[in-house]
Amino acid sequence: MTHRDRLHLWGLLGPVTLFLGVFFLIPLLTIALYSILTPGLYGGVEWAFYHWNYGRIFGWADGIDEVFEPVYLQILARSLGLALTTVLLCLAICYPVAFWVAWLPQRWRMLFLFLIALPFFASLIVRLYAWLLILKPSGLLNTVLLATGLISEPLDLLYTPSAVVLGMVYIFLPFMFLPLFAAIDTLDAALIEASADLGAKPWQTFLKVIFPMTLPGVVAGSVIVFIPAVGNFIVPDILGGAKGLMTGNLIEQQFLSSRNWPFGSALAMVVMAVVLGALTIFATRAKKAGGAA
Amino acid sequence: MSRSRLLDIRAARRLFTTPEGKSFAALDGVDLAVDEGEFVTLLGPSGCGKTTLLRAIAGFEELDEGVIRLDGADLSGLPPHRRPVNTVFQSYALFPHMSVARNVGYALEVQGAPRAEREAEVAAALEKVGLAGLGTRRPAQLSGGQRQRVALARAIVAKPRLLLLDEPLSALDRNLRQQMQFELKDLQHRLGIAFVFVTHDQEEALTMSDRIVVLRAGKVEQAAPPREIYRHPKTRFVAEFIGETNLLPARVEGISGAQALLSLPGGQSLQAEAAGLEPGRTVTAVLRPTDITLGTGDLAGTLLRADFMGADRHLRVALEGGPEISVIARDTAVLPQPGTRLHLGCDPALVHVMEEPT
Repeated sequence: MTHRDRLHLWGLLGPVTLFLGVFFLIPLLTIALYSILTPGLYGGVEWAFYHWNYGRIFGWADGIDEVFEPVYLQILARSLGLALTTVLLCLAICYPVAFWVAWLPQRWRMLFLFLIALPFFASLIVRLYAWLLILKPSGLLNTVLLATGLISEPLDLLYTPSAVVLGMVYIFLPFMFLPLFAAIDTLDAALIEASADLGAKPWQTFLKVIFPMTLPGVVAGSVIVFIPAVGNFIVPDILGGAKGLMTGNLIEQQFLSSRNWPFGSALAMVVMAVVLGALTIFATRAKKAGGAA
Repeated sequence: MSRSRLLDIRAARRLFTTPEGKSFAALDGVDLAVDEGEFVTLLGPSGCGKTTLLRAIAGFEELDEGVIRLDGADLSGLPPHRRPVNTVFQSYALFPHMSVARNVGYALEVQGAPRAEREAEVAAALEKVGLAGLGTRRPAQLSGGQRQRVALARAIVAKPRLLLLDEPLSALDRNLRQQMQFELKDLQHRLGIAFVFVTHDQEEALTMSDRIVVLRAGKVEQAAPPREIYRHPKTRFVAEFIGETNLLPARVEGISGAQALLSLPGGQSLQAEAAGLEPGRTVTAVLRPTDITLGTGDLAGTLLRADFMGADRHLRVALEGGPEISVIARDTAVLPQPGTRLHLGCDPALVHVMEEPT
């Protein structure tokens, strides 16, 4: 490689490297560093190594080895469960709908895709407060149900795990829909006909042809929903009340109200490691499934 | 050799609605019969209904009227996966996420055939189409011709009663197409399966078929063996669609024995076989350019141009006082200069007379 070539290469790679370095790597390293520093008494950090940030996450209170209480791991497990539920529900809703939209005439398809994107025009907070107004005891849903006589007293819908799942599914639907739609829309109808022609019953055609061929869209949609769903704190905050604390809320609290940045940083690092691990397993399994099919 | 009737289609009608809201008949009262082991070609220009007819047999289209019977059983309402016919699609429609072997074995896989039997059948089918040993590849790793063969192997592996082929050779280049025409015909003989082959290529139809069904605007124009279609077209459309031809308006002047005398617009006359002709009728004489002899004959004309076409030369001749005709002569024939007068003729046995006036 000549000097000129090297200069050329750096000219091409430089801007990207600089961008990723400033906006991704430096913040990440800062968090990683904070996670092993001592929390200051009144917020802030003291520049001394401290491993109890992680110790606390894995179940031991600061410096007292005997007390094992994995409360933070339980919260993390709950967050992962919520994210997984969100992914599965989004998938179950979007898959058939994406098929339906892909088969609509062109005109109606554009309208539908526009409707899918429409919620982005309004603030997320506003939309979640709208759900709050719908779900609360004196809200829209209860009023309608009471008026029609289906129930005799208001249902406790708000501040339940179901309300959180509902909100999560609601905000992440478009992120699942779009990659799924892209995969289903490009599916060659001749392949479905060929499968039927060769004697495959409709469910066999689905399992052997349609699903494997749309698997990239399923994987993409699941990843795009899963990652932000694990760390989401707005939905549990607004619709989940005090009982439904999630990892996202916990981290938010450490940085804001508790002012324990090192512990918040350690939590963030653990969440990141868990998500990366989960995705690696998911991606390799999906690839294997796709390859074996 | 008498063969029993396999497929019987009666008065098939299928209506489509255009985006403008008009309805038109893609199939407008089509009758079609296919015997066991027969190679039938549906031939016609695009939009004539040949693909619609094929899709109706496969079960992808339901007829609005009419009935399709296979082995005497009515197929209406039967979904594609329950019909004992298989299709070779124009785009091949190979499953890109499966190996060649799994593609070929798909019909057996969905039937639940045991693995060992499946593997043996797949190997045999690949062998038949000349692709032995390529089972582990993916369709994307094959050439167009190889993919075509995989599609063929996949469609014959379950031993269908009838194989439907939707312009399967149209994506191949000319040389490969000709080679595949012979291979397909040969394969059909060996398998003994009836083929219904859709094409818009008349040469392909003439080479391969036992019988050609010429379709036009949803109706059957003529159904006959290739030779008869070529030599004795029933209508002007068939005559013009199959091979190059000269259509000359003529009048039957007189009959003497087995010979009829036809008069052409310019006053010249032409001999033809008399069978079925009545004096005084206005008819159309069909002369194939290759059947016209140069140098001798009753017709006189002026050579307009001669174009080189490889083995042959394509001539345009203006008949005296009448229409222009095409003549195809060997390139080695000695030709006069354009502008010169020449004589031409045609064996009366090779002049076909259509009742339809020009």
